[in-house]
Amino acid sequence: MLTKRIIPCLDVQNGRVVKNVRFFEDHRDAGDPLTLAQAYEAQQADELVFYDITATHEGRHLMLDVAARVAEQVMMPLTVGGGVNAVADFRQLLLAGADKISVNSGAVRRPDLIREASEHFGAQCVVLSIDAKRRPGGHPDGAGWTVHVGGGRQDTGLDLLAWAEQGQRLGAGEICLNVMDADGTRAGFDLEATRAVARAVDLPVIASGGAGQLADFRDVLRGGDAGGHADAALAASVFHFGDLTVPQVKAYLKAEGLPVRPDWRDA
Amino acid sequence: MTVKSEVLLLDYGAGNVRSAARALERAGMTVRVSGDPADVPHAPALVVPGQGHFRQVMEAFDRHGFHGPVMDAAQGGVPLLGICVGMQMLLSGSEEAPGTPGLGLIPGTVRRFEVAPGQKVPQMGWNSLDKVGDSPLLRDLACPAYAYFVHSYYVPLDVEVDAGALTEYGVPFWSALSQANLHAAQFHPEKSGAVGLAILTRFRRYVLEGGAA
Repeated sequence: MLTKRIIPCLDVQNGRVVKNVRFFEDHRDAGDPLTLAQAYEAQQADELVFYDITATHEGRHLMLDVAARVAEQVMMPLTVGGGVNAVADFRQLLLAGADKISVNSGAVRRPDLIREASEHFGAQCVVLSIDAKRRPGGHPDGAGWTVHVGGGRQDTGLDLLAWAEQGQRLGAGEICLNVMDADGTRAGFDLEATRAVARAVDLPVIASGGAGQLADFRDVLRGGDAGGHADAALAASVFHFGDLTVPQVKAYLKAEGLPVRPDWRDA
Repeated sequence: MTVKSEVLLLDYGAGNVRSAARALERAGMTVRVSGDPADVPHAPALVVPGQGHFRQVMEAFDRHGFHGPVMDAAQGGVPLLGICVGMQMLLSGSEEAPGTPGLGLIPGTVRRFEVAPGQKVPQMGWNSLDKVGDSPLLRDLACPAYAYFVHSYYVPLDVEVDAGALTEYGVPFWSALSQANLHAAQFHPEKSGAVGLAILTRFRRYVLEGGAA
């Protein structure tokens, strides 16, 4: 049975993981992407996402080095995102060793980027990452969220569900939904928005933003009228700060009746 | 054993071979990556990766001149490991590209998953393997074991093989197979953590080294 995925996400700037990663204080170098990737591999995380927040040319180059070093040493799926604007960016990151590339603002600016990347490299490596925010006061059509870009600063006015559907038509293989109202609150994923996207597309949906406690993962991954219907859950701070570990989340989900990949050791 | 088992990993532009090369090395093999079909006749074993559209993968394979030499080697009993579309290529053809013949080493047609409620295509993620018969790839492997899949097409169970692994995604399908000297995995062993490493190690131990530890 296909299992629900738990995905830690790491922010990278100029080739180093930034933000305080408290869980890894006992490691010699908590900013080294490879050290952290190996630690999460040991926890049997299902995938890893590295998000490049570098603004400089040198920093972008260092990100390629990060992808290459991690892909050489870690036997797990690796997604890289941040500042991807062209097919050439896809090619560079894939050649470096990334398995999937996530696009966000670059695809909003030029939706054909999704189509071109999908035609060149296959839908399986094109993750459409969407930052969405609830419309103030809702919307008469019931379409309640708009797409934001530029790290969330700019409201494009694009309807979330329409954009997700368009992304699917253009050839995205997966949708990663970050609901900004929930992001960083640790008050739980936005179940309503996640469910709406999961119902609007036939693609796997990764829920992002808002993870705080074990029940949040269950709620967003389960189906039914109240669940988020997500296929995977992405989280950053709860893992980095050691509030939760990946095995702990999986043990909880298993007890709650959700399919997860169990810990495995060779006989 | 003093000489490490050597494999020739075919690089014909259908996906990145670095992760696969590194994983094969971790499993104890010496890996030679080659885009030159002249290397094939001397190779003790072949690893055929593949990623992307069936037609484009077959065309790239043919364009690099691998078709003939790989057929000769495979029919001559050289051990071969196909990965992902490298597995699908072993069959006669695929619903993904009607009119594009596969290698035809194993009769049968690769099929597409149906989109259904609760069933998304591609299948993307970790799914379980159940052993069918005694494939050397899975010998003594603790099951259920989970491997990482990314695919929209699959080898159906009506394809006859000696042994393999079965996985269920709406339909049961061959997620790994062994047929004489041919072995293959639909999942990505190089992305499947400890399970992937265990399966590649078994390919070395039971196929290349004939059972030596």
